[in-house]
Amino acid sequence: MRFQYVFSEVVTGLRRNLTMTLAVVITVAISMGFLGTGLLLRAQAETMKDYWYDKIEISVFMCNAFDKGAGCAGGQVTDEQKAKIEQTLTSHPEVQSVFYESQDEAYQHFREQFQNSIADTITPDQLQEAYRVQLGNPEEFEGVVSAVAGLPGVHQVVDQRELLEPFFDVINGLQWAAAAVTAIMVVAAVLLIANTIRLAAFSRRRETGIMRLVGASNFYIQLPFILEAAIAGVTGAVLAAAGVVLVKALFIDGRLAKVLEFVAWVDWNDTLEIVPWLMVSGVLLTAVAAFLTLRRYLRV
Amino acid sequence: MPETRRRGNALIRFDNVTKLYPNQALPALQDLTVEIEKGEFVFLVGPSGSGKSTFLRLVLKEERPTSGRIRVAGKDLHRLSNWKVPHLRRRIGTVFQDFRLLPNKTLFENVAFALQVIGKSRRQINRDVPAVLELVGLDGKENRLPDQLSGGEQQRVAIARAFVNRPLILLADEPTGNLDPATSVGIMKLLDRINRTGTTVVMATHDQSIVDQMRKRVIELDAGRLVRDQSRGVYGYTR
Ligand SMILES: Nc1ncnc2c1ncn2[C@@H]1O[C@H](COP(=O)(O)OP(=O)(O)OP(=O)(O)O)[C@@H](O)[C@H]1O
Ligand SMILES: [Mg+2]
Repeated sequence: MRFQYVFSEVVTGLRRNLTMTLAVVITVAISMGFLGTGLLLRAQAETMKDYWYDKIEISVFMCNAFDKGAGCAGGQVTDEQKAKIEQTLTSHPEVQSVFYESQDEAYQHFREQFQNSIADTITPDQLQEAYRVQLGNPEEFEGVVSAVAGLPGVHQVVDQRELLEPFFDVINGLQWAAAAVTAIMVVAAVLLIANTIRLAAFSRRRETGIMRLVGASNFYIQLPFILEAAIAGVTGAVLAAAGVVLVKALFIDGRLAKVLEFVAWVDWNDTLEIVPWLMVSGVLLTAVAAFLTLRRYLRV
Repeated sequence: MPETRRRGNALIRFDNVTKLYPNQALPALQDLTVEIEKGEFVFLVGPSGSGKSTFLRLVLKEERPTSGRIRVAGKDLHRLSNWKVPHLRRRIGTVFQDFRLLPNKTLFENVAFALQVIGKSRRQINRDVPAVLELVGLDGKENRLPDQLSGGEQQRVAIARAFVNRPLILLADEPTGNLDPATSVGIMKLLDRINRTGTTVVMATHDQSIVDQMRKRVIELDAGRLVRDQSRGVYGYTR
């Protein structure tokens, strides 16, 4: 009898406030959609970090006979200087491995990359000897860079991470934008839910008045309202989750991945992991908003 | 004069209760001390605005007193936490002048509603509702909607709803206020019958002839003050 009562109250309530319920569903869907977008961007950033950071290294270019500048006062780097640089690198805790690249090897790589006329005008002694450094944790590049940057014989330290930085900045910015829109939409959803509940409580004040009078518990009086809101919340979250799945299937896999093949894109695992978060957030958002509103409108 | 009653054992007990509504200059009840024993039938009389409805609302803990202490059924209402208030109200039935029935529910459903929402089983509802409908004399009309009933019948439904859970106390706020004298007599007989089952009845009323006929205890308020407490009393001295 109890569940039957609650169930029928929820159904009549949803039907009576159909337009308001639809508005709640739509705002919840939009706010959860932006939350999903933010989470998707985050997963994308992580995927790209995993992909790139494996390949990222720090390159320590050393002076050749033509180089000028602070570290290159002594002309071509000497063997003692190289030994000192290598020792500094290998003894640094963040460094995983160090490869030496001679001028001849640099020339080989150069020729492989630019198989055209430019390669013919370059000779090996114009290129630089280098140490290619792999880091244990790519986030910790700064200490390594500063440890070797000032050593004699070092012409330049290039951190490849810097080249990717603008890329991650864009993703980061998009994530913040998604978070901001999510916050605004959540506020809109909460206000709309509060208003919907207020109307629902008003239209059912006769029933709730009698319930209070005969000693129904607060929980029991509020339950149909909270369930109603939660159902709207689930519906909105399902729509948002469907949106996220469509973005993955049609936009990322269907378009982006075909145009930008060299980028690693979020996989289905990462995408589907977002869905439960959207569900939980949608239900919590509406149920908590409903609960807080009811505390004001359905007092003992 | 009121008989001396054993202190502390009363079912309803007001100790120096004052109720001042927010933004009001004068209190609705002022320094009221009164005791009502289990099984009593009490009329609450007094001019409009004298504080009768306020008294009943305080018993239900719908309002809190500004000062003073109220005990109902052994509970100090001041110390009763909010979540326990529903349990207090399950032991109190309430009836109003305007019946307060749900218009889209049948007579049976209206009474059953009171049991449903406090979590009683279907079996219990199917046992108790017909019994109370028979008590109030409405058996056979279970499937009527409120607007298919006379005012007196609607008030019987309201009484059935208030009594179906066998409360200790029945509060009635001008239950005959909308009814003609003949119908009112029927309602009073019903309340008397309920009182005889051991339920304490407190009834606020303006109905002089009823009070005079019933010869029950009369508590008279005037501007929130107790001006008379008389067993087997009449509506007023001066008329
Ligand atoms: N919610 C309220 N807020 C402010 N003042 C109130 C409120 N309820 C009642 N009052 C005031 O308290 C006083 C007592 O009101 P109450 O309703 O208890 O009187 P009553 O004896 O029941 O009157 P009546 O016979 O007309 O029903 C009145 O002056 C009224 O205006
Ligand atoms: Mg009144």
